[in-house]
Amino acid sequence: MLALHNYLILSAILFSIGTIGVLVRRNAIVIFMCVEMMLNAVNLTFIAFSRHLGNIDGQVFVFFVMTVAAAEAAVGLALMIAFYKNRESVDVEDINMMKL
Amino acid sequence: MFDLVWLIPLCPLIGSVINGLFGKKIKNEAVIGGIAAGSVFCSFIVACGCLMQLLSLPGEERHFEKTIFTWIQSGSFKADIGFLLDPLSCIMLMVVTGIGFLIHLYSIGYMHGEEGFYRYFSYLNLFTFSMLILVSGNNLLLMFVGWEGVGLCSYLLIGYYFHKKSAGDAGKKAFVMNRVGDFGFLLGLFILFWYLGGTHNVWTVNFRELAANADLLVPGAVVTAVGLCFFVGAMGKSAQIPLYTWLPDAMEGPTPVSALIHAATMVTAGVYMIARMNFIYIKSPTALLVIACVGAATALFAATIGTAQNDIKRVLAYSTVSQLGYMFLAMGVGAFGAGVFHLMTHAFFKACLFLGSGSVIHAMHHALHHEHSDADPQDMRNMGGLRKKMPVTFVTFLLATIAIAGIPGFAGFFSKDEILWQAFANPHHHGANTLLWAAGAVAAGLTAFYMFRLVFMTFFGKTRLSDKAMHHLHESPWVITLPLVVLAILSVLGGWIGVPKVLGDALGGLPNHFEHYLEPVFAYSNAYMAKSGAHGVHNIALEWGLMGVSVLIACGGIALAWALYIVNPGFPAKFVATFPVLHRAVYNKWYVDEIYDFMIVNPCKSFSNFLWKGFDVVVVDGVVNGVAAVVRGSSGIFRHVQTGMVHNYAFSMALGVVVIVGVFLFR
Amino acid sequence: MESIFFIVVAAVAVLSSILVVTCKNPINSALSLVMTFFCLATFYVMLDAPFMAAIQVIVYAGAIMVLIIFVIMLLNVKTESGKRGSHAVLAGTVIGLFVLFQTCWFLMKGTLTGATGTMDKAQIISYGHVELVGKALFTDFLLPFEITSLLLLAAIVGAVILAKKKI
Repeated sequence: MLALHNYLILSAILFSIGTIGVLVRRNAIVIFMCVEMMLNAVNLTFIAFSRHLGNIDGQVFVFFVMTVAAAEAAVGLALMIAFYKNRESVDVEDINMMKL
Repeated sequence: MFDLVWLIPLCPLIGSVINGLFGKKIKNEAVIGGIAAGSVFCSFIVACGCLMQLLSLPGEERHFEKTIFTWIQSGSFKADIGFLLDPLSCIMLMVVTGIGFLIHLYSIGYMHGEEGFYRYFSYLNLFTFSMLILVSGNNLLLMFVGWEGVGLCSYLLIGYYFHKKSAGDAGKKAFVMNRVGDFGFLLGLFILFWYLGGTHNVWTVNFRELAANADLLVPGAVVTAVGLCFFVGAMGKSAQIPLYTWLPDAMEGPTPVSALIHAATMVTAGVYMIARMNFIYIKSPTALLVIACVGAATALFAATIGTAQNDIKRVLAYSTVSQLGYMFLAMGVGAFGAGVFHLMTHAFFKACLFLGSGSVIHAMHHALHHEHSDADPQDMRNMGGLRKKMPVTFVTFLLATIAIAGIPGFAGFFSKDEILWQAFANPHHHGANTLLWAAGAVAAGLTAFYMFRLVFMTFFGKTRLSDKAMHHLHESPWVITLPLVVLAILSVLGGWIGVPKVLGDALGGLPNHFEHYLEPVFAYSNAYMAKSGAHGVHNIALEWGLMGVSVLIACGGIALAWALYIVNPGFPAKFVATFPVLHRAVYNKWYVDEIYDFMIVNPCKSFSNFLWKGFDVVVVDGVVNGVAAVVRGSSGIFRHVQTGMVHNYAFSMALGVVVIVGVFLFR
Repeated sequence: MESIFFIVVAAVAVLSSILVVTCKNPINSALSLVMTFFCLATFYVMLDAPFMAAIQVIVYAGAIMVLIIFVIMLLNVKTESGKRGSHAVLAGTVIGLFVLFQTCWFLMKGTLTGATGTMDKAQIISYGHVELVGKALFTDFLLPFEITSLLLLAAIVGAVILAKKKI
């Protein structure tokens, strides 16, 4: 078994790459994919800790995260489809009416 | 009947409320007038009952106090709503309700056809209520409530014709000057309360308790201060120098108002107050001297102004100020009973004079209206020879004028003469006695002169009205003439209850009922003076001599008026031409109003202008508007945060997370 | 041996995640993301959680990514054209690097606080990983399990409503 910090640093790198992706990309679906990547980095952290501490709770939490991510994917993509029908584009710069 | 004393102020209050709230709907003048006059009549009946019950008690027990409820109780300070019935308050109640009722009756006729008929009667009843509270209250604070109330009603009624600017101004002037006096009243009240409480641990403002503890008031600076402060209040309310200028201006109100408020009742509140607090004043010779001097000076000063006025009501107003000066002169020389007696007789004949002048003005107005003339119906120069057309008014007016001039046998003679004798013979001010007497005597002569000048100019001689106007002039209806008759009878007979001792003995043992009746109220003061051992003058021959002198002066004044206005009508004009400056000064009231404007009113106005423009607008408004401007500016800057673009929001979220985590990390 | 394997797979994971962020064509991004998921599944196996690895492949790589690719193809999303606002790339990268920096700092400074359990490799092999996860899921975490089912129901209903032409 490898030392814990390896996995954690890897997870941190994946998470920050995901963050950069969310802030830099214009396509809404690609942004969504980067969010999924961030979630997965977190999952890796959980499982690494669970193995290291000898506790099953981390893995159960990963289970739930995956479930929620799936539900989120379904709803989010449906939302993007609805948005596309309105604006004919999924460019996030076109979502600009969210002010009072 | 004593237990019903609370009905006395309550009836006019109910009348006022009914007329005030529903008067506009009750269009019927008779009903409104009936409610108003009827309520005062009820008070009069109850007051009569109380007086009779009082008279049935022996002298020392003639007092009755009824507390309705405790109004304020705070620590050692206690003031309740309660009524005190003793000889002084009973006589005041009779005067107020009796003359009040007659004037209410008169007003029904006089105010006929006026637009604010119900408003007038509502205010008049409110005034009666306040005055009754003033004279029957059992403590200083309740008296002050009544004091303020009559000031308010005076303002409301003077400014009754509020469409005229002069009426509104006069009302304001009256109220402001009253206020200045009230400040003095309150100061006196506070000093008295604090002095008795702090030094002697007697915390009270109740009259009977104050009188019972009168021995604790040592003659000295504090008692003098109290007396003078209360007198300032009296100066404002009763129109003495220097706070008298509001009374002539108050003639802007309807004539019955002038009769009731500014002749018979409100202006006498100051005199009543001093009579109530006699046990304080008797201990302070300085305060008494001040009062006497102010009273004598006012009597003389106002009499001089009255000789040159042409408006019939102005003459009577200055006459009122002058007679009030007499009352204060009496108070100032310790003759409290004589002062109250003069208050009563003055109420009779002055009310009769004012109501009579109202009758004349009413008739003149009617006559001039038919002629379509704009001449002033109140100006005596437009009148003349009215006695044939208005006989009842003429006779009653003449009787009241003879009374005020001080002709023996009529009411004014007994009271005025008593005051003049006491001014000369009192034990308080040995140095100033002669001067005080002389001022009073000269004023008496002037009074006789200008009053008869008024009578001759109005009722005698060749009329200055046109024939057409004269044709339309006629006597007033019975609602107006009946009160005149009643008051004239009282002016003639009212004095006989207070015949002075010398005269009474000469006339075969007529006692001085009035003095005897008021003895319990002034018993303390009389005993104090007897103990102090001061002596007045007790020369009977001197008394007869001075009486003769005052009668002579009065007759001289009448003769002068006769000569100038009947025998030689052209002489006054020549006199005025010879002494133009003097005439102008007297005619313009010695320019006192202008002096006040210059010294007090204009500086006040410019100061308040400065406060308005310099402080209120710049500072207060600036702060309020400045806060709004700051909010507007900063929100203008902050609104740029909301761009509406989603990725901007995502960026802000990420930035926020970084910042917060950074804070925790590096703390 | 293990560490070399770890570094190789980690490098592949990082590389493909960078590809996700930088590819212009969204299909390329999606495929790179699938690669990342496979690498993560490998890591799960290395961490003695084979069930989790299986779930990862089936749910994430299998269901979610397929859904995403369907949507990309359905909407006919073109290659991304044009640039973002001038400083967006720079600002985003800076924030991301800050996040990395802060996370690493935490890792260096922080202490472990989790509750220690008794599970070890021998137990996993003897009981079977599925049974262990299932035992925890259906006893300690029963309530979240049931609520998650409601969540999925809500997601289904929501997705249907959002994407319909007419309600």
